[in-house]
Amino acid sequence: MPSPPRPFLRALLGRTTPTLTNNNRIRPYSTAPSNARLNVPLDFATTPLLCHTPKQALSHPDLPSTLRSTSKTSRLNLFQAVNAALSHALSTDERVLLFGEDVAFGGVFRCSMNLSSQFGSDRVFNTPLSEQGIVGFAIGAAAEGMRPVAEIQFADYVYPAFDQLVNEAAKMRFRSGVWADGKEGLTSMACGGLVVRMPSGGVGHGALYHSQSPESLFTHVPGLRVVMPRSPLQAKGLLLAAIECPDPVIFMEPKILYRAAVEHVPNDAYTIPLSAAEILKPGSDVTVVSYGTPLYTCSAAISAAEKDLDISCELIDLRTVYPWDRKTVLDSIKKTGRAVVVHESMVNAGVGAEVAATIQEGAFLRLEAPVQRVAGWSTHVGLMYEKFNLPDVARVYDAIKKTVEY
Amino acid sequence: MSLRDVVRRATPRGLRPRKPTSPCTAQRFSPQWQRWSSISQRPGSDHVHFPGAVNSKFTTTLDYERPSEKPAMPTYRYMDQDGAIVDKNREPIDISDEEAIKMYKDMLTVSIMDLIMFDAQRQGRLSFYMVSAGEEGIAVGSAAALNPSDVIFAQYRETGVFQQRGFSLDEFMSQLFANCKDYGQGRNMPVHYGSRKHNIHTISSPLATQIPHAAGAAYALKLQAAQNPNEEPRIVACYFGEGAASEGDFHAALNIAATRNCPVVFICRNNGYAISTPTLEQYRGDGIASRGVGYGIETIRVDGNDIFAVHEVTKEARRRALDGGGKPILIEAMSYRVSHHSTSDDSFAYRAKVEVEDWKRRDNPITRLRKHLESKGAWNEDKEKEARSSIRKDVLAAFNRAEKEKRPALRNMMEGVYAELTEEQEAQIRQLRDIIERYPDEYDVSEFEGGLDGLGVK
Repeated sequence: MPSPPRPFLRALLGRTTPTLTNNNRIRPYSTAPSNARLNVPLDFATTPLLCHTPKQALSHPDLPSTLRSTSKTSRLNLFQAVNAALSHALSTDERVLLFGEDVAFGGVFRCSMNLSSQFGSDRVFNTPLSEQGIVGFAIGAAAEGMRPVAEIQFADYVYPAFDQLVNEAAKMRFRSGVWADGKEGLTSMACGGLVVRMPSGGVGHGALYHSQSPESLFTHVPGLRVVMPRSPLQAKGLLLAAIECPDPVIFMEPKILYRAAVEHVPNDAYTIPLSAAEILKPGSDVTVVSYGTPLYTCSAAISAAEKDLDISCELIDLRTVYPWDRKTVLDSIKKTGRAVVVHESMVNAGVGAEVAATIQEGAFLRLEAPVQRVAGWSTHVGLMYEKFNLPDVARVYDAIKKTVEY
Repeated sequence: MSLRDVVRRATPRGLRPRKPTSPCTAQRFSPQWQRWSSISQRPGSDHVHFPGAVNSKFTTTLDYERPSEKPAMPTYRYMDQDGAIVDKNREPIDISDEEAIKMYKDMLTVSIMDLIMFDAQRQGRLSFYMVSAGEEGIAVGSAAALNPSDVIFAQYRETGVFQQRGFSLDEFMSQLFANCKDYGQGRNMPVHYGSRKHNIHTISSPLATQIPHAAGAAYALKLQAAQNPNEEPRIVACYFGEGAASEGDFHAALNIAATRNCPVVFICRNNGYAISTPTLEQYRGDGIASRGVGYGIETIRVDGNDIFAVHEVTKEARRRALDGGGKPILIEAMSYRVSHHSTSDDSFAYRAKVEVEDWKRRDNPITRLRKHLESKGAWNEDKEKEARSSIRKDVLAAFNRAEKEKRPALRNMMEGVYAELTEEQEAQIRQLRDIIERYPDEYDVSEFEGGLDGLGVK
């Protein structure tokens, strides 16, 4: 399957055709507007959402106190943090397996680098090219007591496995009744321990089939947990929690962050609770709710809005989009009275619709303005139109402004 | 060995054609296969009469079929690696030097365009590219054996099919640069070509999804031919790789094509790799060809570096696909993916460079045909130089024209999802226009045809 270009390869293989360089004008396939103040490239080196020092990393409230005082940290990007989590799981629990297309050589995004040589090809291996096969196989292994981590190469390619996820993984616990939990030494007949990882979201040039963020197709399915980490530190803890979880987990990794997001990550293992949102920045006038990559967009929009409008914004990362942390969100709205929900996937029937409906049910009398949604438009991700389609800083900024000025 | 001998006769012998009931259409349309008139067991029979396997003999020997002990299906070829005809006694293939040179130039064009566009991607001028190196012969040779009206479904490494069908350099470049002349209106990743004018459906990235489409489309063509006796019978050709053949869609497609007698030729490019995954980790049977037999489909394996052999088996496959009311045919064309999977891939992370160099040096569809033509005196070094330089010039001219064009109008972001924009989409376009107007410095719409007005709302 085609995959988006990787910058390191571009640098590695920078051959040129002489005739092409003689051309008087080279038009890059993508440019940023020259006078922009808001829609400028995200600065991952300074964003407050990443832990730029060991101290920041170790002071994270979700970490156990023992780890905070003893662990060292390493600067990792998101694929390295995923790799670290997988490596820990494989080395501490022999039930853990890792497989998918091209996993053995390290995966097309390098998440499984060196794991096959380290843990052996019985536990870390390539599968034939069949998503329904990969997920069905994983469900079977989980139902017989293993903890399989299955990789789907791109979230855009998960659909052949949809039947396995919706009709099998999600319903297995429910239908097996008293056998769902292992009891009296018997193996559970549910498929807890199953994690289906998939890179998701836009990268600027992925077009129809390398940009999708299909989380809301899974949030509609009771029985599945849907998680999307925002950073390396989060990815490590959430992935380890997903592998421990007694329910099947869809783990969506924002692929633009694999290399872009770098932060200090504790070397020791830790888990971050599922279905718990995190308040990334407290504020009093408006609550911005998001998850995954758009959190960085939100953070940039909030900085500009706070400066320009003299307001204070609260930023919440849902982290698990289903079943989600309704209390944290509702408590925040009850405080601020205003909400903006931001996600990359299209607005129609998206996670934002569920969050907005829950807010109007649970905090109606506290609302000072209608809940705003900033999301992808109701269309597919066309190659040339991505920057007009996915939420950008200007649109989030404008939504915050409209909400406070309502 | 003749082509006819190599084709596996996969139709179970126990299946008998039923006499046509309606003489006017059935003759042309479909010999109906009847499995069994009654499922009762005849006394003393030495055959299984269960409905699922009608011609199986009883045995008292407990034995399993061991695929590993069966010989691999042979690979059909016409020329050897030096371009010499292998079977000196056979009739020469029915392709004139002129036609062969056209095929050669088509392969050369793909190969030259590939080098230029690969570099252009490295310069950041387009976001992505996929080359066909090593597989040009399969695409060009097979497409040349089809009728232009035959419908094609391709995967993404069949640039040669488009080239053979007359998709112009300007058409290639407009798609690659996603400009306003791109048929896909700037929506698709590079190399996802498509053209109704050339009867090739638009490439989609998900693997194997096009294979069942091919079966359904072939059924449509078959019905249309039966409904309209003046219409020339057409087939569908469907391309995919050996990796894609692991998807459920492949199996579903072959099975339904067989049961509905669809005139479709499935052409598998077995190039040895699915990104990093070698065939040993992709399947354990005798390639993809053995699966065709399992579905009751006539199947052949061919040397994909031998463009004449590919042409010949495709031509014969087309004839068979239309024979007796229609049936599917499977061709497995063997090759080696000389290129990286795509511009996103560095294949030396999982295979030795020397392996690739070996293949490049040892065998390649372009040099094989060149040697053949040179040995006949139909080609020489001067012609080679001239052809390369003129193709290169043409490619670069089209490149420069395409790169200068505007992007398609912005409304193409929303149009085309439904036949008509929905009320919701129209409201969203107004919202987008409103944002761009209020934050003009944050957006650059100048590259798009019509700028902001290209959104189509005031």
